Amino acid sequence: MSEKSGREIVPQAYAPSPTVTERPGSFGQLRKAPESFLDKSTIAAVSKSGIDETRRQLLRTSFTTALAGMLGAGLSARALASQGDPDILTLPPWSKSLGNAVATNPYGQPSKYEANIVRRQSPGLTQTDQASVSFSPLQGMFGMITASGLHFERHHQGWVDIDPRRHRLMINGLVSKPMVFTMEELMRLPSVSRIHFIECGANTGMEWGNAAVPTVQYTHGMLSCSEFTGVPLSLLLEHAGYDKATAKYVLAEGADGSSMTRTIDIERALDDVIVAYGMNGEMLRPENGYPLRLVVPGVQGVSSVKWLRRLEVGDMPYATKDEAIHYVDLMPDGQHRQYTSIQEAKSVITSPSGGQRLLTKGYYNVSGLAWSGRGTVERVDVSFDGGRNWYTAKLEGPVLPKALTRFNIGWNWDGKPAILQSRVVDSTGYVQPLKRQLKEVRGSRSVYHNNAIQSWQVTESGEVENVQLT
Amino acid sequence: MYNSPDAVTRSLCVLFLAAALSACGQARDEKAEVATVTPPVASPWQSNYLDIGRTASPAEIAAWDIDVRPDFVGLPPGSGNAVQGEEIWLARCAACHGDFGDSNQFFSPLVLGNVTAGDIESGHVAALKDPTRVRTTLMKVATVSTLWDYINRAMPWNDPKSLSTDEVYSLVAYLLSLGYIVDGDFELSNENIADVQARMPNRNGMTQEHGLWKVDDVPDVHNTACMTNCEASVEVASSIPAFARNAHGNLRDQMRIFGPFPGEDTGIERGAETAIVSVAEEPLEPEAGLASSAPMELLAANSCLGCHQIDSKLVGPAFTAVAEKYAGQDDAVVYLSRKIRLGGSGVWGGFMPPMAQLSEDKAEEIARWLAQ
Repeated sequence: MSEKSGREIVPQAYAPSPTVTERPGSFGQLRKAPESFLDKSTIAAVSKSGIDETRRQLLRTSFTTALAGMLGAGLSARALASQGDPDILTLPPWSKSLGNAVATNPYGQPSKYEANIVRRQSPGLTQTDQASVSFSPLQGMFGMITASGLHFERHHQGWVDIDPRRHRLMINGLVSKPMVFTMEELMRLPSVSRIHFIECGANTGMEWGNAAVPTVQYTHGMLSCSEFTGVPLSLLLEHAGYDKATAKYVLAEGADGSSMTRTIDIERALDDVIVAYGMNGEMLRPENGYPLRLVVPGVQGVSSVKWLRRLEVGDMPYATKDEAIHYVDLMPDGQHRQYTSIQEAKSVITSPSGGQRLLTKGYYNVSGLAWSGRGTVERVDVSFDGGRNWYTAKLEGPVLPKALTRFNIGWNWDGKPAILQSRVVDSTGYVQPLKRQLKEVRGSRSVYHNNAIQSWQVTESGEVENVQLT
Repeated sequence: MYNSPDAVTRSLCVLFLAAALSACGQARDEKAEVATVTPPVASPWQSNYLDIGRTASPAEIAAWDIDVRPDFVGLPPGSGNAVQGEEIWLARCAACHGDFGDSNQFFSPLVLGNVTAGDIESGHVAALKDPTRVRTTLMKVATVSTLWDYINRAMPWNDPKSLSTDEVYSLVAYLLSLGYIVDGDFELSNENIADVQARMPNRNGMTQEHGLWKVDDVPDVHNTACMTNCEASVEVASSIPAFARNAHGNLRDQMRIFGPFPGEDTGIERGAETAIVSVAEEPLEPEAGLASSAPMELLAANSCLGCHQIDSKLVGPAFTAVAEKYAGQDDAVVYLSRKIRLGGSGVWGGFMPPMAQLSEDKAEEIARWLAQ
């Protein structure tokens, strides 16, 4: 991503196609949209006092200047402005040249103009880069599916790229036949494909005390949703002959250095858990557990153990490192909640959201995501006045259990300050809580499971900021 | 490691698709319900898949089944002394965790003296109620089995699963001795580990009564779906302070470059008019010492200040000392920004972890400041 000043986008992640000769500074450059020719003080003045003759003149001058800046040599600004949009009147190079060959990029890449929409770390959040997090850029995403390259990362001891030919899955413990499977064998078994969200239990964890991070990428970006393909865990447990009388829990263990282990209760394990190898039509990405991971729908992401090597059926919880030292939620009375698992219903407006700007008054499509670890999204309400009044948004289908659901609602911004919020109601009737309601019960030091209603403040100048309300 | 009960039927259920699940169910529990797998009626194109996969050998299970449960099922026999543990600790663990488990350099501290004799008595660490205290591993962990399993499966950080069983016992003993849970020469073994469990300072500090374990648990926080006139007053309690606006980098460069909601340019002051031009044209201030020109937000946001101070040595050298050392060196900016991003050792004694989260631009900004 470009961190340089000025409006130049310098794509670094994606090399420009070698077959197209570009003029430097021409179409790698972002020009201000025609709406943004105004400086902030003019916007503020117009918003406050309306347009009088002085300002009208100022607007005219600014627009002409802006246009002049956009034009190449040859035509005068005034001449073109009277005829129309220079991007229409002057044919762009891509309309007058031969395009690239097929398979120029054997594995397709996003447009170089999308180089800003990438996973990012939150500076200072962790002291090492191996036990760390990269956040999904929710502010730039659409629909319910997360592009695989944008799926958030959470590793405990770095990620590995496992040779699938040497990977094995073992099932042992309270089973009549402890078993070993190769990838080939697992992929011969009956499979299911289902769409589920994965959310880290610590998502929004930086926001318990106060507004701490600027954009939805950092407030809510430990969240992704994919179509996973694999063998139902219930089938494998049956296959190994799990002991129905004594089996109460399943321990899942990773093959990486950290060998992450998590306890899953047997009801969950037999319900909708998938031993997955596929993700969005291809194999899992290494960062997401290639070649095999568990997907425990609705439960915090740490239980969806990546690089899965072993499943053990047992009769008591295991109090593993990520159940007894990490991933425990501190309550005000000094007790820690252990085995907090379910990701309760939560929603967030992704556009507009913190760090973005509204350029003009008028109509906008306000869009966001809602989800529940206990079932489906029943309804999403949106407020534009900090929670005084609410309006029901439109849900985009399909609305699936334990999957992200996209919602949209139209909004006419009148140029006045506003506070945008969304609130989900799930299929159990549970209503997403206010931050103060969460804090009353759980205090502000629990780190995990913050599913409070998010507030985005829109200022008169159109700036959108992360705020928390009393 | 599973608890091997006598009751487990060892015979393999002979499962054919149509009868498979119910047959197995009958052997165990007539009423057991199979939630997901509904066996289809046997048909020529869906043949039996039960020959897929094979039995794991005892040696294979022993190689992988390393977990240790709170009741110590799975704990291999062995022993280790805290005195030996200290030696191993200094060689294998101290670089990250500090000699006494108190370092905050790479990981949260393991021990900080926040565990008291009273805690060992009560099984509740009192300091956990105090928001000003740093939470350490020994304050949180309720089960000594967790420490054993953690070190055995995942430590050392860059060389996991390389410790012998007795080394793990020694290290657990040393770590516990740092919290005064056992004496400094304590010999921990599979025989006495249950006695140690009875002294774990936060052994009664965990609760599973929270409504977040099972899907059908009752939630602990409640809101109502009010639609009109819901809030009497709407007041902003907190927002990102102006000085931290750019702490995550320029937000303009983190948003799509077109569309209805472009990114706010946080590289300029809020409300600045024609800001890009005015910043660019700002005359450079005369040099007034390293401190006045320090990129403090950058340093703070990237944990630099945890180890470095402007003009005195902390964990790492003072910034002024670094600046002095490389003053006048032609490639100082390139050299320092490389060092910042990749880390280094040997120059100042000790070593610095790589700051790979810094973009090259940001590392260069810090390097340029140091080299100015």
